Amino acid sequence: MIAIIDYKAGNLTSVQRALAFIGRDSVITSSAAEVLAAERIIFPGVGAAGTAMFDLMRLKLDTAMVEAYGIGKPILGICLGTQIVMERSDENHTRCLGLIKGEVLRFPENISEPGGRKLKVPHMGWNRVTMKGKHPVFNGIDPQSEFYFVHSYYPGPRETRNILGETFYGIPFASVLASSNLVAVQFHPEKSGRPGLKLLSNFCMWDGKDHA
Amino acid sequence: MLSKRIIPCLDVRDGKLTKGIKFKGNVDIGDPVEMAAFYYDEGADELVFYDITASYERRDIMIETVRKVAERIFIPFSVGGGIRTVEDMRLVLRAGAEKVSINSSAIRDPGLIAKGAAAFGSQAIVLGMDVKRVPPSEKIPSGYEMVIDGGRTFTGLDALAWAREGERLGAGEICLNSIDADGTQKGYELRLTELIATNVNIPVIASGGAGAIEHINEVFTEGKADAALIASITHYGTHTIREIKSYLHEKGIKVRMTW
Repeated sequence: MIAIIDYKAGNLTSVQRALAFIGRDSVITSSAAEVLAAERIIFPGVGAAGTAMFDLMRLKLDTAMVEAYGIGKPILGICLGTQIVMERSDENHTRCLGLIKGEVLRFPENISEPGGRKLKVPHMGWNRVTMKGKHPVFNGIDPQSEFYFVHSYYPGPRETRNILGETFYGIPFASVLASSNLVAVQFHPEKSGRPGLKLLSNFCMWDGKDHA
Repeated sequence: MLSKRIIPCLDVRDGKLTKGIKFKGNVDIGDPVEMAAFYYDEGADELVFYDITASYERRDIMIETVRKVAERIFIPFSVGGGIRTVEDMRLVLRAGAEKVSINSSAIRDPGLIAKGAAAFGSQAIVLGMDVKRVPPSEKIPSGYEMVIDGGRTFTGLDALAWAREGERLGAGEICLNSIDADGTQKGYELRLTELIATNVNIPVIASGGAGAIEHINEVFTEGKADAALIASITHYGTHTIREIKSYLHEKGIKVRMTW
């Protein structure tokens, strides 16, 4: 069973609907026991880092996540979930889970297009991901594919080995992170059309081992 | 960099498309779910549903449509029309829409923008604007006035001032419809689009007037829009989305070509 972690951060049913479409059952849960019993975990989220961490701790899901990561369960972070796996976030100055070393930063105010036009924050819409390496979760996904993003903060991993994919929006940022049994994407695979569904489908078959 | 978005708009009444749609290739479709699936497969970047169901009591039909669409397509879509309260927003978002669009209800109660943004985040709140050209005056310095009731009622609000106010209140995006251009198929209102797009810091979807493929290019280059709403140009088979995107791609506009 796939556990979609529910920590009251945003609409989780869209992830569940996408899984249903590709023929995968899932359960939306805020029970730490259920998360630890699951075969694999999806860690989504829309909202602010401060409230998210507060609710994770209240539900004891923070320790469950650390434990699940430690025992090698395949984990997929999405959007805010991807930021929460870092050590800390500039958003509400929040201490996060620390599964990947580094911080979450806000897009600078004065970023602009190569043509000079000021860029709007949040970064919202379709953008490309430049892969820095191979990963089973990205198997069979056309490198020209685009994914749907909505965010004002982005993860800044300290170690380049954790950067699996990069996206450019005024500045380059890490849009896909990987560390052993964890893959985390800043975009929304459940809203990214066929390439997004392919990613979810790959994740559902991944053994959690970090090899191409 | 972000791709410019191409967004087909579907008008729905009582759970059915208001007009049967005849795509290029003569596919006749009247069901919004089937239609959404068609556009999803065709490479639409997002969809907009506009619910023109007259009776408030029949809103549950729309919610059911939203739910079915959400089970079938995996790109963002928004729903507008008849959304008057935070509870209306909640129902539509919970049924699977990514965004809600509010128009006259936001003018009648600007607090609705702020309440919606606080409850669901700015990214979920689209401010729909129906705009008409008027002689510039002290009250309407931009020469563009906000109208409601399909353009019949003038509100005395300046469009630029209202766009800025909407952003300040927490709207995450603006869907800017020119009543003058709407239905003419003679091109978007470029001056209006540029005026709003360059004076707010949220994305602007241009709406009204697209009749030829060149119009879409213009609204991105001259109008500085972030996205283009289209209807008849694809609904009645003049062009496919792939044709539009290929054209834009050749013109050097970044669009999503792989789906």
